[in-house]
Amino acid sequence: MSIGLELAGFGLVFLSAAMMLGLSFLRRKSRPVFRDIPAFTRLRQAVGLAVEDGSRLHLSLGRGALITPQSASALAGLALLRRLAELTSAGDQPPIATSGDATLTILSQDALQAAAKYFDQNVSDPMTGRLTGLTPFSYAAGAIAAIRDEKVSANILMGNFGVEVALMTDAVERENSFVLAGSDNLTAQAVIYASAQEPLIGEEIFAAGAYVNSGSMHSASLTVQDILRWLIIAAILVGALLTLAGVL
Amino acid sequence: MNPRRFPSLIAIVSTAIAIASGVLVLAGYFYVQNGNGQASLFMNIRLTLLDWAVILAGFAVFIGIYNLFQVHFKKIKKTQLGSLYSLLLLISLAVTFLLGLVKPSLMGFVFTTVQLPVEASLMALLAVTLTYASIRLLRRRLNLLSVIFLVTALLILLGTAPLPFLGNIPVLSDWMRPFIAQVMAVAGARGILLGVALGTLTTGLRILFGADRPYGGNK
Repeated sequence: MSIGLELAGFGLVFLSAAMMLGLSFLRRKSRPVFRDIPAFTRLRQAVGLAVEDGSRLHLSLGRGALITPQSASALAGLALLRRLAELTSAGDQPPIATSGDATLTILSQDALQAAAKYFDQNVSDPMTGRLTGLTPFSYAAGAIAAIRDEKVSANILMGNFGVEVALMTDAVERENSFVLAGSDNLTAQAVIYASAQEPLIGEEIFAAGAYVNSGSMHSASLTVQDILRWLIIAAILVGALLTLAGVL
Repeated sequence: MNPRRFPSLIAIVSTAIAIASGVLVLAGYFYVQNGNGQASLFMNIRLTLLDWAVILAGFAVFIGIYNLFQVHFKKIKKTQLGSLYSLLLLISLAVTFLLGLVKPSLMGFVFTTVQLPVEASLMALLAVTLTYASIRLLRRRLNLLSVIFLVTALLILLGTAPLPFLGNIPVLSDWMRPFIAQVMAVAGARGILLGVALGTLTTGLRILFGADRPYGGNK
């Protein structure tokens, strides 16, 4: 990596960190307004319904191992899992989390336990965080069993998936339950768009925390994403114009 | 004193270790070499920490397999729905484990004769599932984007697969399919990937700040 790229990378990270800290401080005082994403509105309704009718939420975190670059979507899923566990703490059934990677399984159990402790609930079943398989299709097959057999009313599929996610969304449709799905993988996104009731496109999966009120830092990070996106658009346009003018 | 407002000592220590490790690894990416061309201290720390993470991830697989065993054993014990499948899974797990210990050379045979055909069958099933999902897409979400999605998929299919007796369709195969696949799809994919990269960056920073703590501890 050249020194120029190292500096640019450091600058981007430093700028993002400074903006996130500043905005999160400002956001403590005012409630942010975001564009409407119907999937998250339906998710809030589904959470309410699950608490009322004593059914479960199922969150599948995908196969993105923590030591790979694909882990970010699973980490966003874990933050959502923690928040959903808190939101459903008044219900009879805790959410269940399935994953295709062992480190994610341990973290999902930990997130569920932390949410239970936060609400002084001593009961925390380690079986609610499950490893369903280590290969793509064995993971999907195991998750389908959870979708079908565990009295689940709403499914959230958020993480790194491949095409196998279609088998899971198909299973949800057969059970007539709600599904919100999103992935950082392009192929999976196309499959999810065709097969899921509520698909999340692109970076929308990283906005989940802000939409379920996970805290001021989530709202700030969403605003920083928007600012950086505009900066990138401006840079691309300027680059194209300079190329047209023959400067670059 | 409300215990919710005061995180435990373990939570504070684990948060401090996680943040420090994250910052050191990040510094190792930006400060790679010293002035004399040798690997920097941060670079060496980064590599050491990543090695530790790989070893821990290896141990996590054992814990994951134990979790898989526990879940299915509990299912059989309570004779829950699908417990027969759980029994089959546990028998297969035990047989494969023993075979791996006694005759490791047979593991490749087991993989190619059992695992591979089953996964290939599921892949074949996926083709039917996706076709069915595409047909149902217009019933589920009748809007312009869904129509564009389906028309594009159809054009790509027609342009890629030669038709019987006709072969390639002239304009579609030569011009339209490459244009959609190499210009429009690539432009869209780059936009999505840029968005995902920005999301990844802010998710990482939230963890570095300790706002998200997937490694445990109270909020």
